[in-house]
Amino acid sequence: MAAATTSDGALTTADGIPLKASLARAERRNRNRALLLVTPLFAFILVFFLMPIFDMLTRSVDNTVVGSVLVRSVPVLSQWDDSSGELPSEAVFKAMVLDIQDGRETRTIGKVGTRMNYEKSGMTSLFRKSGRRAKQIKEAPYKEALIKLDKKWGDINTWRLLKRESDAQTLTHYLASIDMRFNDSGEVVRQPEEKQIYINLFIRTLKLSALITVLCLVLGYPISYLLATLPVRTSNLLMILVLLPFWTSLLVRTTAWIALLQKQGVINDFLVGVGLIGDDGRLAMIHNAIGTVVAMVHILLPFMVLPLYSVMKTIPPSYVRAARSMGATPWTAFWRVYVPNTVSGIGAGGILVFIIAIGYYITPALVGGVSGTLISNFIAQHISVTLNWGLAAALGSVLLALVLALYILYDKIVGIDNMKMG
Amino acid sequence: MALPTYAGPLERTWYYAFRTICGLIFFFLIAPLVVIVPLSFNAVPFFTFTQEMLTLDPAGYSLKWYQDFFGNLNWHGAVKNSFIIAVFATLISTTLGTIGALGLSRAEMPMKTTVMAILISPMIVPLIISAAGMYFFYSKIGLAATHIGVIIAHAALGIPFVVITVTATLVGFDQSLIRAAYNLGASPTYTFFKIIVPLILPGVISGGLFAFITSFDEVVVVLFVGSYEQRTIPWQMFSGIREQISPTILAVATLLIAVSIMLLASLELIRRRGERLRGITPS
Repeated sequence: MAAATTSDGALTTADGIPLKASLARAERRNRNRALLLVTPLFAFILVFFLMPIFDMLTRSVDNTVVGSVLVRSVPVLSQWDDSSGELPSEAVFKAMVLDIQDGRETRTIGKVGTRMNYEKSGMTSLFRKSGRRAKQIKEAPYKEALIKLDKKWGDINTWRLLKRESDAQTLTHYLASIDMRFNDSGEVVRQPEEKQIYINLFIRTLKLSALITVLCLVLGYPISYLLATLPVRTSNLLMILVLLPFWTSLLVRTTAWIALLQKQGVINDFLVGVGLIGDDGRLAMIHNAIGTVVAMVHILLPFMVLPLYSVMKTIPPSYVRAARSMGATPWTAFWRVYVPNTVSGIGAGGILVFIIAIGYYITPALVGGVSGTLISNFIAQHISVTLNWGLAAALGSVLLALVLALYILYDKIVGIDNMKMG
Repeated sequence: MALPTYAGPLERTWYYAFRTICGLIFFFLIAPLVVIVPLSFNAVPFFTFTQEMLTLDPAGYSLKWYQDFFGNLNWHGAVKNSFIIAVFATLISTTLGTIGALGLSRAEMPMKTTVMAILISPMIVPLIISAAGMYFFYSKIGLAATHIGVIIAHAALGIPFVVITVTATLVGFDQSLIRAAYNLGASPTYTFFKIIVPLILPGVISGGLFAFITSFDEVVVVLFVGSYEQRTIPWQMFSGIREQISPTILAVATLLIAVSIMLLASLELIRRRGERLRGITPS
């Protein structure tokens, strides 16, 4: 557009609008157009991905079961002073009896029992039994009748537990996910020895992921170096050996490792065949941590090789030659000149492999046995087997926080814009 | 990296040792895939080479696991579902992803980094967490155990790949081509289909292929969001490995390896075409 000048000297466009205003309008229009293009995509991710994640996060503190079933007792119970050392009043007992009777009708009382049982064993049976028999209690005194029905109603700790878990939000699941719990008097204490599993599980997940990452680096570094230094034609051919596993279904690769590693599998048969081990001495290489590590190193190795390769490709060979010509030994030239130049690749590949490894589910579930299962397997188990969704959500949130921290680190080192594939 | 003529004996030894080590690592990468292929022709239901197979006796080989695969209704349904779900998920993620990437690579786009980070998050969040969240949330809105639910879930997982590849293609995109088209009187729609689309097509196709393979290979989300009715090939393989492990799975695995070889080949062709279009000699 041709710029013209008005009488007062300001630049305008051909149709007399000041240039500044015209520019602002054009920029606004462009911005709106960009926003318009991104909006459908953003909305889709927001509704179908972020909201589910958010839903899971709220579930980790959600505790509405008790309050929604025991509608009469929870309000009156909240007025009871649980440090008084006395049982709640008759009114609370009456409300509880009516709630249990209603809960029996609507078949919801069992849910309360299940929920309470996560905190203290014996609660499922208490509520089931009370549900069955509470209809016999028709008149006051409700207190004596209920205690007669089950002694646990006479235990002040039962009521303390109920009062504590009647809030709509709870931290119990988070405490459970780090092996802590509320004791009877409501203090935060460590779980008894035999119930401390999650901290160890997190440590094991981190340890195995670190081991897998280190092994991927040890195996990936030499071949990336070879691929980056060979003539293009040869390296492209060898690259197929990295890309083909990368593109093959991970279930196919896991299946392959089952065929190779199991007791009657290819490797054991080979070792027996050449006489290295006896038929009764077959190695247990699967359904334990070894199986998980071997299969996952194989699956994640391409994620290490590809970033390393793309970094190494940019290092001019003259650097190492210069170092050599100035008297460095091959080792010094490699260690002091080449390796420092690949640090960004090591960082990118390492974090990528580590992030994928700590959240891995399928392979550990199939070849991990007991000692090779990771935190994801427990999350899955709590969702589909034990149905303790609150704990699953809490464990998931802890895992998510870990991964996001690493993601931010990855962004700092590599930048998500620089993420490349294939 | 040819061995220099001045290399001493130690360097020579290391040179060959290094190549041997690399050879072994490549062997580690490719051997499991190679082993599966002959094992899938096993005449007996074992996951190992029998004496007959090793002596190349025809009696040791059979096609019965392939027959089982092609004659089994469980697998039929799985193959059908896999393709239906992957195709629709790819369509959704490629369309939304490409349009979004066009907006994201405009200089005027506000809060670009934040939006990009959010759009890429499905790739970063561990699958088990996505699957758990989707399971809870999709049950609430009635999408759990439906084909549409699984398709939407897979589309969300595929979007980051499309966004990344298409924005990468757009980095080298010459914006003045669009202005030139407008200048010559082309309408925005005409410019889009005649100028923009042909140039970014390689990026769109490879992004689409990534999205397709993501859905085709995905099992955690299907396990949680789907049910038997939505079983895909990986779903069927997963439950097969868990329950009664039969060499049919090896036959399926062999077929899937063939699929991935085809995918790899088409990606390579697209890459070469893209380089040719930009005037780079294909390497």
